[in-house]
Amino acid sequence: MTGLVYEDVARFAQQGGTIYFGLVFAAGLIYALWPHHKEDFDRLAQLPLEEDRDDV
Amino acid sequence: MTEAQARSDEAPFDAVVLYTFTGVAALLSLLATAFTKDPSFRFAGWTMLVAFLAGFLALSVGMASGRLRSDPTRYADGVIRAGVIATMFWAVAGLTAGVLAAAQLSWPGIFYFPDAPWLNFGRLRPLHTSAVIFAFGGNALICTSFYVVQRTCKARLAGGVAPWFVFWGYQLFIVLAATGYLAGITQSKEYAEPEWYVDLWLTIVWVAYLLVFLGTIWKRKEPHIYVANWFYLAFIVTIAILHLVNNAALPVGLLEAKSYSLYAGVQDALIQWWYGHNAVAFFLTVPFLAMMYYFVPKRAERPVYSYRLSIVHFWSLIFIYIWAGPHHLHYTALPQWAQTLGMTFSIMLWMPSWGGMINGFMTLSGAWDKVRTDPVIRMMVVAMAFYGMATFEGPLMSIRAVNALSHYTDWTVGHVHSGALGWNGFITFACVYCLVPWLWKKERMWSSALIEWHFWIATTGILLYISSMWVSGVMEGLMWREYTPQGYLANAFVETVAAKHIPNIIRTLGGLMFLSGALIMSYNVWRTIRMPGDVKAELPAAAPAPLPAAAE
Repeated sequence: MTGLVYEDVARFAQQGGTIYFGLVFAAGLIYALWPHHKEDFDRLAQLPLEEDRDDV
Repeated sequence: MTEAQARSDEAPFDAVVLYTFTGVAALLSLLATAFTKDPSFRFAGWTMLVAFLAGFLALSVGMASGRLRSDPTRYADGVIRAGVIATMFWAVAGLTAGVLAAAQLSWPGIFYFPDAPWLNFGRLRPLHTSAVIFAFGGNALICTSFYVVQRTCKARLAGGVAPWFVFWGYQLFIVLAATGYLAGITQSKEYAEPEWYVDLWLTIVWVAYLLVFLGTIWKRKEPHIYVANWFYLAFIVTIAILHLVNNAALPVGLLEAKSYSLYAGVQDALIQWWYGHNAVAFFLTVPFLAMMYYFVPKRAERPVYSYRLSIVHFWSLIFIYIWAGPHHLHYTALPQWAQTLGMTFSIMLWMPSWGGMINGFMTLSGAWDKVRTDPVIRMMVVAMAFYGMATFEGPLMSIRAVNALSHYTDWTVGHVHSGALGWNGFITFACVYCLVPWLWKKERMWSSALIEWHFWIATTGILLYISSMWVSGVMEGLMWREYTPQGYLANAFVETVAAKHIPNIIRTLGGLMFLSGALIMSYNVWRTIRMPGDVKAELPAAAPAPLPAAAE
């Protein structure tokens, strides 16, 4: 009897999951370290310091 | 009267929706109360009926007076003020329940009340944990998230009266859960004790919370979504998923309080601790880091040390945390590979946790003198230090060999309290000390000396608490595994309990000191709110257009 068995599903989930999560994490890392974003990040790091006002 | 004027006189759409909702909900509660045969369910029905009727009446008055129209040019701060007060109220309530439970463990002869079953330790203990985590912590998270998302998006909270529904709906959840525990209604899952009808109610409130938060981000004027909002959003989304999956249950009847979980055996255990550990991760860590990423730079008047690191911190933390749950099930029926997986991911958490802590500490570069002069900054520093210590100790305890000694002992209790009192408690207190003068337009807190007193009493209390629990935890762990030369267990269980008497008393004292700090703080907050206001700050920056008069 052939067909999808537990081992196949587990292998797909384990290997596929590792690759998928690895890639997504790498994408996050590349985004964070991309030199072009430095300017934005420097501005954002100051965001909480802006004067607190009641009006939007 | 023109058509446009007539329309502006009508009640806002969001208020009408909520008005209808509370009316229908009150009617359903009445029917449930009338037809149920289960006395505990009837009590919950009465509670809901009273709450929905109160909401219905408040909305009627609000709509008739025309006060529910929101001014889109101003931030919605009223709901945050209410949240700050609720935070302090539940802090005192939850800590009092904890001190009473600790006293019961220290002096079971005095604090055992045979005539008051609702004060039994078994009912008081979940009341304490839920009150401090979900009531104190939850209110702090909801109100700070509302504050931070508005300021960093430069937009008023979305949804008109919806934020108020989130606030009052969440209080109703707390009251339903707490009164249920005292009456003995529980589904016996740690940190997920509320029964199915309370779970459903929380789901409705939580979805409204998610929509308010997303709606505010949607209409933001700042192109980037500030990192604190990412942490808050991960908290709201993940808690929703954890809550729905772990609480999947079948009620005995639609008018019965009791339900049975859809899961059984080891699957139930795994799902429970996947939930339980991620309650620690996504309730007690991720959103409190959001508080850190907004309030620490704001108070220290220094930019975030590394915004890059904050992004890496966020993604690595949420990727790794979700896998750590199985470390709660070492040496159980859970397959060994799953236990090892949970342990490995827990150890990997050292890196993002300490990266985040370092990012918080380094934000104080150039402002370290404030640790000496500003007790609120000092509270933040101690909070971050406890974050670092608790997240070092946790992975250590997740190692199977260490867990063999620490599991089921007071070491675990000490560990969670170093995180809960030191990290969650102190960062929340520090944020409330910031928020109260900002929200009530005062120059500063009423008494700086009382903040110092709070800081030192509470810090000493934490140290007494965790050091006594380390001693008693390691001691009882060693006593449990002690053998005689003949191969018999050396100690009867009751001997290990008796040996913990003194550490238990020290723990009660530590908890009492932490509670005293919260009482001092409540008094200081109350006096600050009652201080004469800073008149200049109360005037709006630009005169707003007068609101249309209420319908006559």
